[in-house]
Amino acid sequence: MKPPPFHYYDPGTVQEAIALLGSLDNAKLLAGGQSLMPMLNMRYVLPDHVIDLNRIPELSHIDESEDRIVIGAMTRQREIERSEFLARRCPIFREALIQVGHRQTRNRGTIGGSLCHLDPAAELPAVLAALDATIHVTGPQGSREVPIAEFPAFYMTPAIELDELVTSISFEPWPEGHKSAFVEFARRPGDFAIVGVAALLATNDAGEVLRAAVTLAGVAAGPVRCSAAEEQLVGAGIGDDLIRVAAETCRDIDAMEDVHAPSSYRQHLAAELVARAVQAAVDGPGAGLSR
Amino acid sequence: MSMTPEATDRRSISVTVNGQRHDVDVETRLTLADCLRHRLGLTGTHLGCEHGVCGACTVLVNGNTARSCLMLAVQADGAEIATVEGIASENGEWHPLQKAFHEHHALQCGFCTAGILTSMVEFLQENPDPDEPEVREALSGNICRCTGYQGIVQAVLDAARRLRSPNQESSS
Amino acid sequence: MSEGLIGTPVRRLEDAALLTGTARFVDDIEIPGMLECAFVRSPHPHAVIRSINSSAAMELPGVHAVFSYADLAPLLTKNLIPPDNPNLEFAETTKAIVLAEDEVCYVGEIVAIVLADSRYVAEDALTLVEVDYEILPAVSDCRDAIAPDAPRVHRHASNNVVAEFRTEFGDCHAAFANAAHVFNLSLKQHRGSGHPIEGRGIVIEFDAANDGLTAWSSTQGAHRVRNSLVDIFGLDETRVRAATPDVGGGFGSKHIVYPEEVIASGAALLHRCSVKWIEDRREHFLAAIQERDQYWDVEVATDTEGRLMGIRGSMIHDQGAYTLLGFNVPHNASLAVPGPYVLPNYQLDVTIATTNRVGTIPVRGAGYPEGTFTMERIMDLVADELGMGRDEVRRRNLISADMIPYELPLRARDGSTTQYESGDYPACLQKALDGSDFANFPERQAQARNEGRYIGIGLANCTKITGRGPFETGIVRIGPSGQITVHTGAMPMGQGIKTAYAQICADQFGVDPGNVKVIAGDTGTVPMGIGGFGSRQTVTAGSSIHLASIEVREKALKTAAHMLEVSEQDLELSDGEISVKGVPELSVSLSDVAKALSGAVGYPRPKDVPPGLEATVNFLPTGLTYGNGVHVVEVHVDIGTGGVEITRYVVVNDSGRLINPLIAEGQIIGGVAHGIGNSLFEWMGYDETGQPVTTTFAEYLLPTAPVVPNIEIIHHETPSTVNPLGVKGVGEAGVIPAAPAIMSAIEDALKPFGVRISETPISPPQLIQLIQKAQAKH
Repeated sequence: MKPPPFHYYDPGTVQEAIALLGSLDNAKLLAGGQSLMPMLNMRYVLPDHVIDLNRIPELSHIDESEDRIVIGAMTRQREIERSEFLARRCPIFREALIQVGHRQTRNRGTIGGSLCHLDPAAELPAVLAALDATIHVTGPQGSREVPIAEFPAFYMTPAIELDELVTSISFEPWPEGHKSAFVEFARRPGDFAIVGVAALLATNDAGEVLRAAVTLAGVAAGPVRCSAAEEQLVGAGIGDDLIRVAAETCRDIDAMEDVHAPSSYRQHLAAELVARAVQAAVDGPGAGLSR
Repeated sequence: MSMTPEATDRRSISVTVNGQRHDVDVETRLTLADCLRHRLGLTGTHLGCEHGVCGACTVLVNGNTARSCLMLAVQADGAEIATVEGIASENGEWHPLQKAFHEHHALQCGFCTAGILTSMVEFLQENPDPDEPEVREALSGNICRCTGYQGIVQAVLDAARRLRSPNQESSS
Repeated sequence: MSEGLIGTPVRRLEDAALLTGTARFVDDIEIPGMLECAFVRSPHPHAVIRSINSSAAMELPGVHAVFSYADLAPLLTKNLIPPDNPNLEFAETTKAIVLAEDEVCYVGEIVAIVLADSRYVAEDALTLVEVDYEILPAVSDCRDAIAPDAPRVHRHASNNVVAEFRTEFGDCHAAFANAAHVFNLSLKQHRGSGHPIEGRGIVIEFDAANDGLTAWSSTQGAHRVRNSLVDIFGLDETRVRAATPDVGGGFGSKHIVYPEEVIASGAALLHRCSVKWIEDRREHFLAAIQERDQYWDVEVATDTEGRLMGIRGSMIHDQGAYTLLGFNVPHNASLAVPGPYVLPNYQLDVTIATTNRVGTIPVRGAGYPEGTFTMERIMDLVADELGMGRDEVRRRNLISADMIPYELPLRARDGSTTQYESGDYPACLQKALDGSDFANFPERQAQARNEGRYIGIGLANCTKITGRGPFETGIVRIGPSGQITVHTGAMPMGQGIKTAYAQICADQFGVDPGNVKVIAGDTGTVPMGIGGFGSRQTVTAGSSIHLASIEVREKALKTAAHMLEVSEQDLELSDGEISVKGVPELSVSLSDVAKALSGAVGYPRPKDVPPGLEATVNFLPTGLTYGNGVHVVEVHVDIGTGGVEITRYVVVNDSGRLINPLIAEGQIIGGVAHGIGNSLFEWMGYDETGQPVTTTFAEYLLPTAPVVPNIEIIHHETPSTVNPLGVKGVGEAGVIPAAPAIMSAIEDALKPFGVRISETPISPPQLIQLIQKAQAKH
């Protein structure tokens, strides 16, 4: 299990990277390497060219803004996890990230890499879907924005051109004090989730839900938005029955199956975990982690 | 086959490993793990799966742990690397983790040990006073087939105590 | 004589090198001019090889050779890896071959070897070797394999039955006719592979002067490697040396001599160069042995009190494509069923089926986990059906202490009688129940259920055959330097056995164990050897080393008496010095004695002491030794996800006298973790065509630190009566009753649903399905 031969490039700017991407056939972008490197070692991918993004400083940043938070594509998962600003303004990141792989992989893994690899079970795309994030993409024709909902083209394939590069992700933070949780079920801590749920809730002083976002990881090629559950939640006062009713709307979603779990199990987990995630969001920080 | 090996490029890189600078010419596809092991002769870092799961090859890159099987050597150009060979102090005195691992029978075949030690060096710097569940969580990225982890957990907790109060001997 | 070191938790001598990165594993060995290799492996479960074309691969710079069967055949005495037991009769077509002549029978089977400058280049060349396959129908599941119209695993075979045998005693027919109750159950049992974190590997150092080789192999049997290479290549013992460097775990995976080791050695001889092969993890998934599948259908007869009257039934065992070792797994599984219980009548019909999957041999536990699973599931079934406590049904059936030594009416594999020579099973059970607060669990369970939490407790007993002979050499030698060395063929694979050996030896000389050097698993230093498996090293080699140490000690005293011109009775030996009691200045060192016995000019030597301060002992145990254990497990089952959390784990273990309790506990805990893997995580999947579907550590799940609980160990030490140290093997002890104890606990937790578990491993999706099915019934 050794990487196949390839040409290696480590551009210093986004422009250089894009120029390379446009001029080379069968090229692969190397971000944190926590998915691409195993695939290279196993020779599941055989690129002629590898373009390493790790020496492009402009791709690594967290823009702390109350209006729109921007995270550079090469920002390490651990930096996001440890950002005090995000912990305050968007705590779901930390809660999701500590369930992403392990410290050693999060030290290298990046948000953009995770997003573009688009593993169906990945946590970060589900979080970004709940946040209605915008993906910023740059190519030879300039920059464009892709809504997260349109980002997955099909299984493990993002809707960007071969000569395009994700440069950052942005989103509008939810109101300060909003509630959130990321709850997943994985066979062992750190494994890819069989099903994961991102839940965001904004409530008023009376405890009524003003806004809700619930998304699922692990059931389809991309994150799945639980619109029916969100509709159930909005406008009502949170209680056990409401949570159960909302969660049950996820029981008949289309869910994939593989050798590890049939679709019926994923449907069951979706309903179960949506209930837990909403409850955990209501209960407050960290509640979703006590399994 | 996408290309022939003579077409693969090479780079001269400079890495500092355990405080010592090495200038080496490597094929760009060479993993950091293989560079450490077979080019620099630092065979204490082991390869258990080469797909980033077992954690045996974990080293510190600029102070942060990383799977050396999932990094190319060229990516470490200019970096400071620490491996198991560099954990003890310069005068050869073992790190408290090494002492505690010996004391608590925290290793059997020892193949996974290097990656666990490097991982725990980072972990205890960040969390000097962990409880048992935190230690187990921190160990979740390292697979040990021999020990059942119990001795490792005890050793890490003991090493944390030793690091917090360096003059105290093992409390076991 | 003081025996101060036996039974003390000496810290391991192995640790220093391992903790500082200076240990030497096989991949750490570099030999000038050495080539690395990779293997062309079949991507098909079953195919005929029409042709192999390596010309494109040979053109790749850095590639030195590509050899397939046609190239290696002239070197081979025959295309067979010698079997463990040459007298065993089984289907000829499943004999273990060196490499495929024209037919491949599992995914991963070797077709050719590539020698190159590096593993990188060797892997580059693999895709350039063109193999033209004609794909044949394959059979994946062992139950399908034995159907008359099943595709043949080997195309020239008349059927897929490797062998059939019956294990029986008593009269089951009568027992079942007279039984008060008869219950039956069907079980599906699965165990994966060993997965030591260091894979397999071998470095063949080519010795041009001798036209021979030294094989540095990460193996559990250096002598087996040497003997096989001698046999296969028609060499003599002077031309082949096999030695083990540090070995990064075995667990059964490194027990046999593999085709890779033989082919790499053949390539070294053919190409006259040194060759390294380091297995990668995918190769371990494809081509290292597994234990895999057994399907049991059994019925149990009891009296009105729940006492066993008989067990009978059948079992199908998945042998894989080749018979690599014999029938150890199914045979042991059938022998393990009675366990610590009085079972008067027993009959099991075993069918060993070949399949288009990699071959199976023992993984840690070697069939004992399966036999134990069957018996312990029977115990729970009987308890449940008769409304008895699960502890009570076991108590009623255990062999009582006064029945020991207890002769089982069964023959072991070597034909020897099966005698539980020592032990106290009821006492162990009681210790486990007390130590786990078993009696008060229902109260806690009721409270938890009120809170909506499903917790359960389970238990299981086991016995384990250990210390398999026939013998293992122990050589103890003190050189003129005064250095004490121990040599044996029974090597460690990481347990810490060198420390245990050193303790046993040092004990006789009053020295620190650190002063004893242990060289284990090197055919260059000990002519005969068997290896490290079957929880045997401390029993067999330990006993030989013990006896050899005593012999050397006596020899030293006798010689010293002569040198000091005093009587032996007036001498004492401590810290490596022999001195006259009360006159410490009148002394000689072991170095002086060794020099005297080396025949150095100017030293007097007693005429009645043979030269050399050394002894070689091949201790022959009078029988196998049986350990036993009881596991009590508490679990919490999340009925929303099917997740199982083990919240408490208590082990009572009797491995006889413990040489080093620290190391013994490490073995038990590691074994339990392996058992947890076998119960809840490790599943080596194949699809219906024979393609493996779990070939990474992200798909095949090994237990990690958060899913393994603290294991509480209570020792019960009943010395064995069949060896001078009183020891029993401990390496496999922890794994054996883990799965049935865990399943018992899960069933107990899910009692409100009436869920029954009849397979291992069990996954969260399966548990949810079982809960839903049970709910639908109500």
